[in-house]
Amino acid sequence: MRNYESTFSKLLLVLFSLACMAFFALPLLWLLTAPFTPMTTLSVEIPDNPTLDNFRTVFKNEFAIRALFRNNLIIAGGAMLSVAAVATLASYGLSRTRIVGRDILVYVLMLFSSVVGGTAAMVPLFLLAYHLKLIDTHVGVILVMTGGLLPAAIFMMRDFVDSIPRSYEEAALVCGAGPFRIFRDIAFPLVRPGVAVVAIWAFVNAWGAFLIPVVMLRSPENMPASVALYSFYSEAGTPVHTLVSAYAFLYGLPVLVLYLLVNWRFGFRFFGGIKS
Amino acid sequence: MAKIQLENITKKFGELTAVNDVSLEVSDGEFVALLGPSGCGKTTTLRLIAGLEVPNEGRILIGDKEVTKLPPRERDIAMVFQDYALYPHMTLLDNIGYPLKVRGVAKPDMTARVTEVATELQIGDLLERRPGQVSGGQQQRASVARALVHQAQVFLFDEPLSNLDAKLRLEARAFLKHLQQEVGVTAVYVTHDQAEAMALADRIAVMNYGRVMQLGHPLDVYRRPANTFVAAFIGSPPMNLLPCEVDINAGKILFEGDRVLDIASYRERWGGVLKNGRDITLGVRPENIAISSTEVPGSIPSRVYVIQPLGGEWLVVTQVGGELVSVRLFQDEAPELSENVWLKFDLDRTFLYDKNGDLLQ
Repeated sequence: MRNYESTFSKLLLVLFSLACMAFFALPLLWLLTAPFTPMTTLSVEIPDNPTLDNFRTVFKNEFAIRALFRNNLIIAGGAMLSVAAVATLASYGLSRTRIVGRDILVYVLMLFSSVVGGTAAMVPLFLLAYHLKLIDTHVGVILVMTGGLLPAAIFMMRDFVDSIPRSYEEAALVCGAGPFRIFRDIAFPLVRPGVAVVAIWAFVNAWGAFLIPVVMLRSPENMPASVALYSFYSEAGTPVHTLVSAYAFLYGLPVLVLYLLVNWRFGFRFFGGIKS
Repeated sequence: MAKIQLENITKKFGELTAVNDVSLEVSDGEFVALLGPSGCGKTTTLRLIAGLEVPNEGRILIGDKEVTKLPPRERDIAMVFQDYALYPHMTLLDNIGYPLKVRGVAKPDMTARVTEVATELQIGDLLERRPGQVSGGQQQRASVARALVHQAQVFLFDEPLSNLDAKLRLEARAFLKHLQQEVGVTAVYVTHDQAEAMALADRIAVMNYGRVMQLGHPLDVYRRPANTFVAAFIGSPPMNLLPCEVDINAGKILFEGDRVLDIASYRERWGGVLKNGRDITLGVRPENIAISSTEVPGSIPSRVYVIQPLGGEWLVVTQVGGELVSVRLFQDEAPELSENVWLKFDLDRTFLYDKNGDLLQ
C-alpha cells in the first residue's frame, strides 16, 4: 500500500515536471523550427520542406544586420569587458582589505543596482549623459549598463575571491612578490573562472538590453538588435513571424556559443593546492 | 643564516591580545619550536616574524637589521605553510621556482636550481605536475622545496606536518630533522604536537595566552617544567599534579584524605623557598613513581583505578583521594597489584608549585 502510494506520488511529480518543462520548452522549440518554415504560425511544427529563405530576407535588412553584428557586439562586448575588469579589481579589494561596514556597503550597492540600471533613474541618467555629450554614443550606453550591472557583478565576484585561501597570497608575499605581482601571478589566475562567469553574465545582460539603448541612442544606425527586432513588424504593428523568428534565432546564437566556449575553456575545474 | 630577536612584542586583534610582551632570541643556526595549544599565540608570533602581521609594540630584528615594520619581501625569509599554499594553476616547477622568478632569476637558471632542490627532496620527477596531481606527502615536500630554493636567512614553519597522516608525519619529521642538521638553518617552527617539538627543536618555547611559559632545551622542559601549565601540557600522559599542603617544620606534605608524605630528608632542598603553605601543587611524572602492593617507608596509600597496557609499558591509574595519579611501569608482564597500593615518589624528580602555578626551587 505504501509502495503504491509513493509510486503514485512520484508519477504525479514527474507529470507535473513534464508539464512545467513543456511550458518553457515550447517557445524554444518554436524558435528552432519557425525560422526554417516558409509560412510560420504560432504553433510548433516540423517543416515539410525546410528553407533558408527567411534568413535571406533578414540579411537583406541592413539596419537589422548592422544592429546585431556591429552595435550589439560593441555594446555587449564593451559592457562585458568593463564589468569584468572593474568587478574583479573591486571585489578583490573588498575581499582583502579590512573596511569597517564592508558587508553593509556591498548590500547597499546591491540595492542601488536595481535603481541605476532600472527605469527609475532613466531621467537623471539621460541628463547626465547629455551633459557629458554621451547621448547617441555606444560609450554612453556601455557606461550606464556597466553602472547598473557592477554591484551585482561585484557581489558575485566576491564569492569567488573569498573562496580563495589567503595563504596563497601570503605565500607569494613571503616569496618576495609585491601586490601587483601577486594579483597578476596568483589571484587573477585563480579567480579566472569567476571572471568568466561574471563576463558572460554581463554580456548576456547587455546583449538583451532594450530600454537603456532605446533611450540613450538617437540615430537608427546605432541601435542594437533588441530595437532592430521591430523592423520585422508589419506597418500595422504585428510581427512577421517568419522574419522575427529567423532574426531572433541569429540574435540568440552568440550567447549560446559564448556560453559553450567558456564552459569548454574553463569548465569550472579547480586544481587543489590547499590541503584542508 | 642569521639570528632572530623579538623584543617585548605585543600584538592585539581588537580586544584580544594574541601575543603579550614576548621576548625571544633565536641564535644563528638554531631550531626553536613554538609549542602550545590552539589560540596560544604561537602562529601569530610566527606571522610577526614573517612580516604578515605588524606588532603593536616591540621590536623584531633579523640578523642585525630591524625589520619590525618591513614587508615580508625585505626580510629574506622562507616559510612553509600549514596548508602548503602551492598555487594550483602552476606546475611544481613554477611553484618551487616562484621565489626565484620574483627575484628576476632567468628561466634556465631557475629550472636548474629547482631541479637540484627537488631532486634532493625526491620529487625531481614530478616537476611537470600540478599540486592537485601529487600526493599529500609530495605536496609537503614541494612546499619545503619552495622554501629552500632561494637561500633565505630564516626559515619559518607553520605546522607543516599537521595535515599529513600519522605514518607520513613520522617520515616527514625525520626528513626535516635531517634537513635541518644538514643545512643548519635558523628556524622557527610552530606546532601543537609536543612529540614533534621534542624531536626537532634545539629549544622549545611553550606558549599559552600569548606568553612564553617556558623556554629551554626539550629535555629540560620535560624534566623540569617551570610551571603547572607546562607540566600539564608536556608529556603523554602529562605530569601528575596533586593539590597538597606543606608543613615544613614537621617535614610533611599533606594530601587530601589525611594522606601524609614524609619529606624530612628533603627539608634542606625545599627549605629555602618552602614555607608552611596551603594551595601547593606537587608535580611528579608517571615514570618517577614506584608502586608496590605493600607499605614502604615514605609512600602514600592509594587505590588502583585501572590498568592500561601500552605495548612495551603499562599505565596504572590510581586514585589518591579524589585525584587520579598515573604511574608508568616499564615491564613486559602485566603488573600484579592488589587493590590497595602504595606510591613512592622519586623526590629528586618531584616538584612543588606555588598557588600561581610557578615552580618552587
